[in-house]
Amino acid sequence: MKNETLNNIIRFIGLFLLQVVIFNNINFLGYINPYLYILFVALYPILSNRNYFLVISFIFGLLLDIAMDSGGIHSSCCVIIAFSRPLLLRFCFGHNYSYQITSIESTDTIKRIIYCILILIIQHLIMFSFEFFSIYKIDLILLNTLYSGIFSILLTTLGIIIFTRDN
Amino acid sequence: MQKIIDFIIKNKTLLLFLILFSIGMGLTIQNHSYHKSKFINSSSTITGKIFNFRSQISEYFNLRKENKILTEELRIFKQNEFNVKTTNKQMKPYRDTTYFVKSGSVIKNSYSKKDNYLLINKGEKDSIKTDFGVFNAKGVLGIIDYTTSNFSRVLSILNSKSRINVALNYSNHIGSLVWNGKSYRYAQIEDMSKFAPIKIGDTIITGGQSSIFPKGILIGTVTSFATADNKDNYDIEIELCNDMSNLGHVYIVEKTNKKEIDSLLIDLNEE
Repeated sequence: MKNETLNNIIRFIGLFLLQVVIFNNINFLGYINPYLYILFVALYPILSNRNYFLVISFIFGLLLDIAMDSGGIHSSCCVIIAFSRPLLLRFCFGHNYSYQITSIESTDTIKRIIYCILILIIQHLIMFSFEFFSIYKIDLILLNTLYSGIFSILLTTLGIIIFTRDN
Repeated sequence: MQKIIDFIIKNKTLLLFLILFSIGMGLTIQNHSYHKSKFINSSSTITGKIFNFRSQISEYFNLRKENKILTEELRIFKQNEFNVKTTNKQMKPYRDTTYFVKSGSVIKNSYSKKDNYLLINKGEKDSIKTDFGVFNAKGVLGIIDYTTSNFSRVLSILNSKSRINVALNYSNHIGSLVWNGKSYRYAQIEDMSKFAPIKIGDTIITGGQSSIFPKGILIGTVTSFATADNKDNYDIEIELCNDMSNLGHVYIVEKTNKKEIDSLLIDLNEE
């Protein structure tokens, strides 16, 4: 349990600094950046108090908003993903996921990749909709979601494959 | 009463979600609708220090380019100095202190979002205030919109809320510089009169009509222009002189008689 808390704190600080210092400055082809901070919400321990989880996700998003001058885009995005996570978990790992798995790290690699991709796609779509905040700019929203999404998904998949221990 | 409390206990996660989400949405809407978002911004001490640390490392990689820019700027000054014809050596140069220029450097730059902001390492301690203009050797960058004691945030020209008064180089026709959020190399000009003698390749400079920038700072060159139907204005697309993706040292300009000009404009508006 203690190990899990420590892991969480490291993930909180690590993903925040990675996003703000490195990922926001990649600017591939001029404007494409990966947004991987949502993995903190995705990898948060499953068997924990949902209310704490919501508040921590909100604080995490708010810190990102402060660093990125983006109003409340990332905090609303984190809260939506955190609230709807049980639904996504049920979709990816089966109906009785809470009895079968203890942490996301212990699940099947393919299922884990699909789960991360799903969360990333939803998060990108919500984030860019809030950023442009206009139905007339739907083309820009979808285009940005597609490009940034592919970039983020590639990085996440690579990361999962590289850091998975062979059992 | 009992039922209400039961309802709250039963749905506390949903209620917490709704509260947090509405705070987030409120901040987003506030950021989209007002000119200055005061509550959430990166010029706070902690984030300022993170960006400052990062730029201290990364600025070493740009030293060669920075030196080139500085020598180029000096060259232009030298050329101007040698070409000024001094007819009367007794005549003392007339000095006007309408503008104060300070220097600083960009510690955080963004150009890929819809609303972009820069962060510079000078703040209230260096007597920087809001509505000072920011530019560098190649052209205009933006206007300061929020300051803390050590850092200040700049509303970049690559921001949907930015509007800067511009003029054609060889005539006094004015317009305003806006950005459509597509490419960081191009910006647009609105409200330029249809009677302006405009050509592709014309230089666009800051107009002297704003109380922020002095007249004549470079902005860009015209790449295309067209008149919209039943409109008296041109829609102009310009290529920015500045490479907004690579910014180092900047100048911050203060117009000392800004208050006087603003008070006159307020009087005009009230009448």
